[in-house]
Amino acid sequence: MNLNEWISKNTFHHAQFWDIKQLIEDKEKQGLTISLCLPTLNEEKTIGKEIILFKSELMDRYPLLDEIAVIDSGSTDQTREIAAAYGADVYLSADILPQYGEKKGKGENLWKAVYQLKGDIICYVDADIANIHPRFAYGLIAPLIYNEPMKYVKAFYDRPLAFSQGIRPSGGGRVTEILVRPLFSLFFPDLTGLIQPLSGEYAVRREVLESIPFPIGYGVETSHILDVYKKWGMEAFGQTDLDQRVHRNQSTLSLGKMAFGILRAFLARAKDMGVDVDMNKLSSIMRQFQAQDEKYQQVEHEIVEEERPPMITLPEYREKFGRD
Amino acid sequence: MSKEYKSVEEIISDLPAIREVCVSLRETLLANLVMLGEIPAPTFKEEARVNFLMQRFSECGLTNTSSDECGNGLGIVPGKDRTRNILVMAHADTVFSERRDHTVSVHAERISGPGIADNSLGLAVLATLPTMLEKLGIELNSGLVLMGAARSLGRGDLEGPRFFLENNKLPLTSGICVEGVKLGRLSYASAGMLRGEISCRVPEEYDWIRRGATGAILVMNEVINRILGIALPRKPQTSIVLGSVEAGTGFNIIPTEATLRFEVRSESSEIVERISGELEDIIEDVTSQTGSEVTLDVVARREVAGLGIGHPLVKQTREIMSALDLRPHITPSISELSALIASDVPAVTLGITEGEHLHEQRETVKIDPIFTGLTQLIAVLLAIDGGFCDESE
Repeated sequence: MNLNEWISKNTFHHAQFWDIKQLIEDKEKQGLTISLCLPTLNEEKTIGKEIILFKSELMDRYPLLDEIAVIDSGSTDQTREIAAAYGADVYLSADILPQYGEKKGKGENLWKAVYQLKGDIICYVDADIANIHPRFAYGLIAPLIYNEPMKYVKAFYDRPLAFSQGIRPSGGGRVTEILVRPLFSLFFPDLTGLIQPLSGEYAVRREVLESIPFPIGYGVETSHILDVYKKWGMEAFGQTDLDQRVHRNQSTLSLGKMAFGILRAFLARAKDMGVDVDMNKLSSIMRQFQAQDEKYQQVEHEIVEEERPPMITLPEYREKFGRD
Repeated sequence: MSKEYKSVEEIISDLPAIREVCVSLRETLLANLVMLGEIPAPTFKEEARVNFLMQRFSECGLTNTSSDECGNGLGIVPGKDRTRNILVMAHADTVFSERRDHTVSVHAERISGPGIADNSLGLAVLATLPTMLEKLGIELNSGLVLMGAARSLGRGDLEGPRFFLENNKLPLTSGICVEGVKLGRLSYASAGMLRGEISCRVPEEYDWIRRGATGAILVMNEVINRILGIALPRKPQTSIVLGSVEAGTGFNIIPTEATLRFEVRSESSEIVERISGELEDIIEDVTSQTGSEVTLDVVARREVAGLGIGHPLVKQTREIMSALDLRPHITPSISELSALIASDVPAVTLGITEGEHLHEQRETVKIDPIFTGLTQLIAVLLAIDGGFCDESE
């Protein structure tokens, strides 16, 4: 299949899945359970609204979700209290599999969710979305219910606020367009079919999540894509347009650190996929500048991109989910 | 709880159980509030919000949902007695432009966003009411007509509610208007009101040196000073609200146009009429003195009318409020209630919760009192349905 064919076949718009009753019928026929995971760190301003909408619309009104869980990295604000008050199951990341220690990063929460949550499908949604709507979950879950070979469905957002001409530029954020898409274009052109490979919202089958490693930091989305591509090919991917997403904007310096982590995660996998890189010779220090008056100073950030192993390799997980 | 109530006291004894069910539907109500609140609905542009409301009605299993020519959204829960229908109405429009950021924020004890109190909450209550009644096991004898009213505020001048009431074929026993704030509010009469816009235009060839004046702002200032000079009686209560002034475009450009929006309210129609006459005199006087063109455009008028405090609907509502430890704050209304009263439908306006920063971007409602407000609404509905609010023949 060429890339354009893949794009037209595996790209959706959330409006295609407006009939949630039908979706639930198909879910029940297949005997699937679905978990929604909201990884959090100090999200008291937005978490309550997300839980209210998902619980009311996709649990109470239409029983698409079997559980809504917040996996928190140790918020110091009211995030956990608000989430629990509105009816989510709230877990402190450090309390899950404590024998494996506690690492700081969103990837850590996503990885621990695989152990803690029960769903056959886990849908991850960032907790900082100001214009949250049930489509952020059902738009990603629906392609998995309707397409058996599909395993990993990513969100993209493509509704410009104002545009006057017929053709408009489309794509991802700054890190995607400056780093990830050029890398994919060079080494894995198929993956350029993903419009926003770094988006934080995706729904994935458990069989995939349990068998891939999780970098705990910035590289988790990139490494997932490479691992899924290597193991299952492009047919495993889907992507859904969820219209507009309103969230906090990050500074260019933060994006620089993110790009560094992504690059390390990419290179760590590249060798296995036919790109020759010696990771031991690469630096783990990312250098940026800060200035005071006329003095410039380099600031060093160590970005190691530690990784959690595939969940299926843990005896605790195999016992809990009956995997031999 | 599907039972025939024999008295209001029986309804009152069930208030704790009703409240419990209301609390159990907290997420459903709040989700409706968030989703309705994030759809902009300035007066005359309520369509998207009304469509969402009707979609909610359909999802609740209401088979009879529709919108009318004026943009009102209706859902009907049929009753056993076709001769009795209760209209529960909330205005769907807000004072905020569609360009305003309508993001709603949910906190532990409150929700905020533009229009959240006035009147997204009223509309969310309508959207949730069928689910609440179903969960309470209440099947009303009367038909329940739920209506999100369009074109109600400002220049809308109650066009939506009036249109429905003029063209509706269902016999209406009573009406309840639902406002987001304030819990404890009880309106059963409409105040006299005159809402208008005074425009002032100075000719571009105006002789600035002769007058020593600098354009439309000063002429409007003269109009305002004269309005402030109108004598207002303490009894019956009367007020003039100067709501907004628009004029000018920069630091040194002489303004040729100015607009003042105002509202006169009074417990007496005669006083509104007298003030209306004085306003016309002021305008004529300022026009002749300044040589500018000053005009008055009356946008809306209301006559004083309503139920007496002894009407059974008012009496029973007060009983229910008192059982919920609510001290009724009795205030005459100039909103949808006036349209109902003008159509001879006995009606009251009830508030649902406490709020603050009304008509500001950070408009906020408190969550916990909402459940008392809902309990009050359902109890009044049951009292009307049981015939306890009917006037004796």
